[in-house]
Amino acid sequence: MSTPSNTVPGFPLESQGTAPAVITAGRRFYWSVRRELWEHRSIYLAPLAAAAISLFGFLTGLTLSPAHRHEGLDAPYEFAGILIMGTGFLVGIFYSLDALYGERRDRSILFWKSLPVSDLITVLSKFTIPLIILPLLSFAITVVTQFGMMLLSSGLSVGTLGARMSFFHMSLMLLYHILTVHGLWYAPLYGWLLLVSAWAPRAPFIYAFLPPFVIWGVEKIAFRTSHFLGMLQYRLSGPEPPTTAARSGNMMEVISALTPLQFFSTPGLWVGLAVAAIFLAAAVRLRRNREPI
Amino acid sequence: MPCIEARGLRKAYGTTVAVDGIDLRVEEGRILGLIGPNGAGKTTALNAILGLTPYQGQLRVLGRDPWTEREKLMRDACFIADVAVLPRWMRVWQALDYFAGVHPRFDRAKAEGFLAKTTIGRSAKVRELSKGMVAQLHLALVMAIDAKLLVLDEPTLGLDILYRKQFYDSLLNDYFDRSRTIVVTTHQVEEIQDVLTDVMFINRGRIVFDCSMEEFESRYLEVMVNPDQIAAARALKPIHERQVFGRSILLFDRVQRQQLAALGDVRKPSIADLFVAVLGNQSGAAQGGAR
Repeated sequence: MSTPSNTVPGFPLESQGTAPAVITAGRRFYWSVRRELWEHRSIYLAPLAAAAISLFGFLTGLTLSPAHRHEGLDAPYEFAGILIMGTGFLVGIFYSLDALYGERRDRSILFWKSLPVSDLITVLSKFTIPLIILPLLSFAITVVTQFGMMLLSSGLSVGTLGARMSFFHMSLMLLYHILTVHGLWYAPLYGWLLLVSAWAPRAPFIYAFLPPFVIWGVEKIAFRTSHFLGMLQYRLSGPEPPTTAARSGNMMEVISALTPLQFFSTPGLWVGLAVAAIFLAAAVRLRRNREPI
Repeated sequence: MPCIEARGLRKAYGTTVAVDGIDLRVEEGRILGLIGPNGAGKTTALNAILGLTPYQGQLRVLGRDPWTEREKLMRDACFIADVAVLPRWMRVWQALDYFAGVHPRFDRAKAEGFLAKTTIGRSAKVRELSKGMVAQLHLALVMAIDAKLLVLDEPTLGLDILYRKQFYDSLLNDYFDRSRTIVVTTHQVEEIQDVLTDVMFINRGRIVFDCSMEEFESRYLEVMVNPDQIAAARALKPIHERQVFGRSILLFDRVQRQQLAALGDVRKPSIADLFVAVLGNQSGAAQGGAR
């Protein structure tokens, strides 16, 4: 057999002695998150589409009934916020369910595992998408959309200081809501979905949503109670303020009724985060063990 | 330090034993061909070596335990596990960016150099490329990694002959430099015969044959025996006998060439011939309950 390596021009033998670049865990994490955004373009496309729909609807409303244009920060703004953030939430659910299942189904897990990125970094980067990236993206898109709506309804000149202040205040409340509720409060939900995604031999959607139904049904029949359902409702509806008066108001009032101190001293938050950590640890373990389907 | 060292490597899926106590030692700078029928345990053994599956027994790859240290191992080892594992949504530039982002030994300029020799565009998606081009892309990415160990599991499965030839040519010409180690499994044994330095047959989870190519060249001879000398030839204890066009072809291990030349036409067997002989004897012995 020949030794052709020294006959090929440009073969950088000399580079082999050089020390390899140091790549920190942070950098590997950063690139892992970026690759999630490359793969799942719906992470930003879906909220953008929701924003476009809200703006279109708002413009149509303006042209059809210009009399309502000075109603202030009200229904259309809130509707746009709910639509965009709700879209972001749904994208997060479907993303989480597919995150660790899809790579096993298309066998690309063998490709990802051929690179020096640990299962922990991979799972954490996938967890970051619904926990932080989607809420922040939905927030940014919502604020830009609402700002655009404000400009459209008031014209460029009429933006009074009061309107601006109230807009700024509303945006802050929105950021608070989206980071606390959509991020931290729903963390165990995303953790569960990732765990199922890492484990499911097929149809992760069914495996994710069937067990809660079964538990609810069994509890209902065997014990005639519905603690589990109550627990789920508590988790999904978010940390509600103790006063019932706030619940009747609009969403913004509900949020502002719960101060950061109250939120962070809610035991439910910490129990949820602990459960999320357990789910994630199990997902990391499963990803290490699972083979392509 | 050997590149791969295994002792009593075993892996069972439920009651099915995929790898049944393999002892293996691959030195640095070798190109080992791991050859076996479907379901022989090749891929399972490679998966254990690459830290993709837990195992029983002792295994060190580049001095590490692959199962507990996969992330660190992958800085010095890389693999192509099948032709079609590149994510189909990925664009070529994304693959380059990602490799440069996470792999400390990836040389981006080198990868781009390899890609420049192909017709693969930078903005092409993997799903838009032909199977052969995907293999070219994957090989370009992997060859740009300054790794000590490269594992290829059926890297050319389903490619046409031109791509297969090109694949092994660039592997030899642009990559292998005698300080790296390559382990390759394939069904197309003939095509890699000239590439290998060592060959290993695996069957039913066991290594049934293991030798270097130099040893292989010097040990084995095949004779198309003249019909009237068949009894004399059989007396020399051939390890295998087969019929082609009504004539007997006998395969001999460690028999002098002069001795055989008197019996008929002598030629060197291919790995495939030996593979059929070794595995044929295996199954015969197994049926007879000898093993």
